[in-house]
Amino acid sequence: MASEAPTNCSIVVQSETSAVVDVCNQILSRLEEHNFDKDDIFAVHLTFEEAFLNAVRHGNKMDPSKKVKIDYTVDDDKVEISITDEGNGFVPDAVADPRFGPGLYQPGGRGLLLMNSYMDTVRYNDQGNSVYMVRYKEKPHLTEN
Amino acid sequence: MMFRAKIRPQFMVILWGFVMAAIKPKINVDYMGSATVVSFTDEKILEEKDISELQESIMSLIESDSSKIRLILDFGNVRFLSSAVLGMLIRTSKRVHERDGQLKLCRINPKIYEIFKITRLTKIFDIYSDVESAAEDMA
Repeated sequence: MASEAPTNCSIVVQSETSAVVDVCNQILSRLEEHNFDKDDIFAVHLTFEEAFLNAVRHGNKMDPSKKVKIDYTVDDDKVEISITDEGNGFVPDAVADPRFGPGLYQPGGRGLLLMNSYMDTVRYNDQGNSVYMVRYKEKPHLTEN
Repeated sequence: MMFRAKIRPQFMVILWGFVMAAIKPKINVDYMGSATVVSFTDEKILEEKDISELQESIMSLIESDSSKIRLILDFGNVRFLSSAVLGMLIRTSKRVHERDGQLKLCRINPKIYEIFKITRLTKIFDIYSDVESAAEDMA
């Protein structure tokens, strides 16, 4: 199968929850062009939504005058996404695990868990206002004859 | 002089279609025995505004039921949801149990179920494969 040339893109959008739709659709279209399977597309869709909404709600504190910057690269092996907000940042390790104790019954706090579960790499910059995520394409299941 | 406009029935049907398309209810409500079955109509539940409206609709149903509500949420049409929907479910569960009611979820597809497993919400929600099983298990 012929390879698609890698896609690199950098976009700045207004810090509004509705702004996620167009950018997300762009990324998912690139994934389809590069023959990512449905599991990969679902995973990237979910984590992009969570990361973007975190940037808008927690990073930019729902301030529509602020911006969110998205950089992404899609090639035949992986998708890389960076999302940067204009907030002061946070400490990812300080976020309580929502799977145990009182956190299990809280309405929020699951976005980071889902991002870490569905992406192969999730890293924050030192300030904590930019996240870098990678998902490698699922390898086809090979069986010996 | 009186003037009467005669509106053709065909026009009324078309107008009603446009109105209903614009409203597009987010949930369908049905009843199975003593259980109230709420089915989500959208394939994707992502937008904050939509989730808030769903929450309001479901809370209205809970509040309007004078007895201990037996509520089943049917996810049969749902292909994608964000973690904010999980928050909505937790708030719904709290309210149902405050009123001594019961809440069960059903017809969750494998990809969505995976989200429930990762977040360990399978520990706090009763999840069934179909509406009938959920209704049968209502005390």
